[in-house]
Amino acid sequence: MEFIRNFPALSIVLAMMAAIVSSALKGKWAKWLNLIVIIVIMILSGCVLVYTYQLGDSFVYTMGRFSAPWGNEIRAGVLEAIMALFFCVIMLLSLLGGRRHFYIDVEPSRHSLYYIMTNLLLSSLLALVYTNDLFTAYVFVEINTISACGLIMVVQNGRTIEAAIRYMIMSLLGSSLFLIGICILYDITGNLLMTSIYQEVVKIVADGTYTVPLVIAIALLTTGLAIKSALYPFHSWLPDAYGYSTISSSAMLSSLVSKGYIFLVIKIIFRVIGFTQFHDSKIINIIFVFGLLGMIMGSLNAIWENDIMRMIAFSSVAQIGYIYMGFGLGTREGMVAAIFHILSHAATKALLFVSAMGLRDVSGGSKRFIDLTGAGYRNVLAGVGFTVGALSMVGIPAFSGFVSKLLFGQAAVINEGKMLPTLIVLAISTVLNAIYFMKTVIRIYTKEETEYSTINELKHPNYAISITMFIVLNLVLGLASEPILNLVEYGLVMFE
Amino acid sequence: MGPNFIANYGEEIAMIIFGIGFTNLLLQQNMIKKIIGLNIMDTAIYFFLAVKGYIDGRFAPIIKDGITDAEMYINPIPSGLVLTGIVVSVSVTALLLSLTIRMYQRYHTLNLDEVSTQLRKEGL
Repeated sequence: MEFIRNFPALSIVLAMMAAIVSSALKGKWAKWLNLIVIIVIMILSGCVLVYTYQLGDSFVYTMGRFSAPWGNEIRAGVLEAIMALFFCVIMLLSLLGGRRHFYIDVEPSRHSLYYIMTNLLLSSLLALVYTNDLFTAYVFVEINTISACGLIMVVQNGRTIEAAIRYMIMSLLGSSLFLIGICILYDITGNLLMTSIYQEVVKIVADGTYTVPLVIAIALLTTGLAIKSALYPFHSWLPDAYGYSTISSSAMLSSLVSKGYIFLVIKIIFRVIGFTQFHDSKIINIIFVFGLLGMIMGSLNAIWENDIMRMIAFSSVAQIGYIYMGFGLGTREGMVAAIFHILSHAATKALLFVSAMGLRDVSGGSKRFIDLTGAGYRNVLAGVGFTVGALSMVGIPAFSGFVSKLLFGQAAVINEGKMLPTLIVLAISTVLNAIYFMKTVIRIYTKEETEYSTINELKHPNYAISITMFIVLNLVLGLASEPILNLVEYGLVMFE
Repeated sequence: MGPNFIANYGEEIAMIIFGIGFTNLLLQQNMIKKIIGLNIMDTAIYFFLAVKGYIDGRFAPIIKDGITDAEMYINPIPSGLVLTGIVVSVSVTALLLSLTIRMYQRYHTLNLDEVSTQLRKEGL
């Protein structure tokens, strides 16, 4: 089974080659190539997951001829494999669910361009998940940004241009801060490989030298990635970018792009800085405060919003706040909760976007709440999907959101200093979530006589499959959370 | 203000330039000025790296007169990072410029805030 060690590198290269080949293909063939590549990478990631689980340890794959500390490395363990597998599944389902609208929104000559961007996005996500080199991570962060910008821009109207420009400006600020953080870290440690940097950081901390540069480097790295993943005060670009693009793009942007950066933060916390050093720095409290702020402000903005797509986008801001709050708790339980919330939020948010699209379709394409009245009866499947997503976001038992909220609560109780603020904000945020999501659910199930036609989703198998699979994924994460949690904890042990 | 303050003047200049670029990118209204700010900021990072990699009295890391002794040359890794960084920054600048052209063709302005106002009027 030794050849499985090649699979992580192979999947990155495969996605990248598919992007290059797509540029020469017609839209229809590019679509099939993209579909096949995602499924193949899904299988490869599954193999890596099984292999590393049986191995009981993560493995290092040397890229090129040079070994550490000079060469470039890939490192794969259970956690990385779970993430890669999960990203592929979400991407596949988002593309399936948005396909009908994709044909309406995007002119045929641009179809193959869209699939180039999707393949590039996949390859950069996989690279962010697997790489063990900080500078490679920077390069793929930029590729991720560029492809995300392409995904926003695929629909040509004024809003998307503005959104894409705002997104690019904020992202570039973030990646410059990230880059200068890497430079400072390189200066004080002399390495770019995560494992080597970690050894040096431990020495530096033990000697007590370079304390200020180390803190600044940690601050710059986390701030840069926080800006890119839209932590609360840096979220201004997010609602437009998520709210006005084609639906597959919105689903992928909210559940994949920001999660790739967040996974990189986890990687930096554990592999580069070290969990204890990160915990001892003051940065953790700042992340914690901004996470809490994001949880409340994101939900408040969502309540004020009158546009269903922007409401879901603002809800993302709140959920990103949850994840950073989990990092900020500074305990292992908090990290597990945050990682589980990455999975749960990705599954739920994509479902919400795809089903909200279905509801809009039967309301004359309007995004306003008043027009959505009774849409749950006109498009039954989308209504059910939205309800499941909403219940999960609010945190009703049996859905995935409940498990992550439970985990955050448990993690908060262990941490004495931060218990009270966490629990209070968690409660407030849950109530706020309930206000705007339940408002929408009640709205779509209020009976009203309208002239809008109904849609039978059985005639659109792609959409039906997508919604059904998302609902199943949510229920699996909610009901069978025990084995998944064990797997995440097991992966986190070998992650260090 | 330790004893290293004067010795490390290169890094300090780089940080000042970075600050200038950062402020420009964030606060300028005009898109072209914003992009210039972005380029200043990136250049400052490359300058920082180049200063860090330079060792007084040594040569660029290209083999000269058949001497392979590492003591003769400066650290090549920062130079490699600068090259990679330049590639990234060129592509990102090109992308932003093309977006700006799109915006200008549609709204005949380079000011992002004016575009937002027009969008609100359009009611999109």
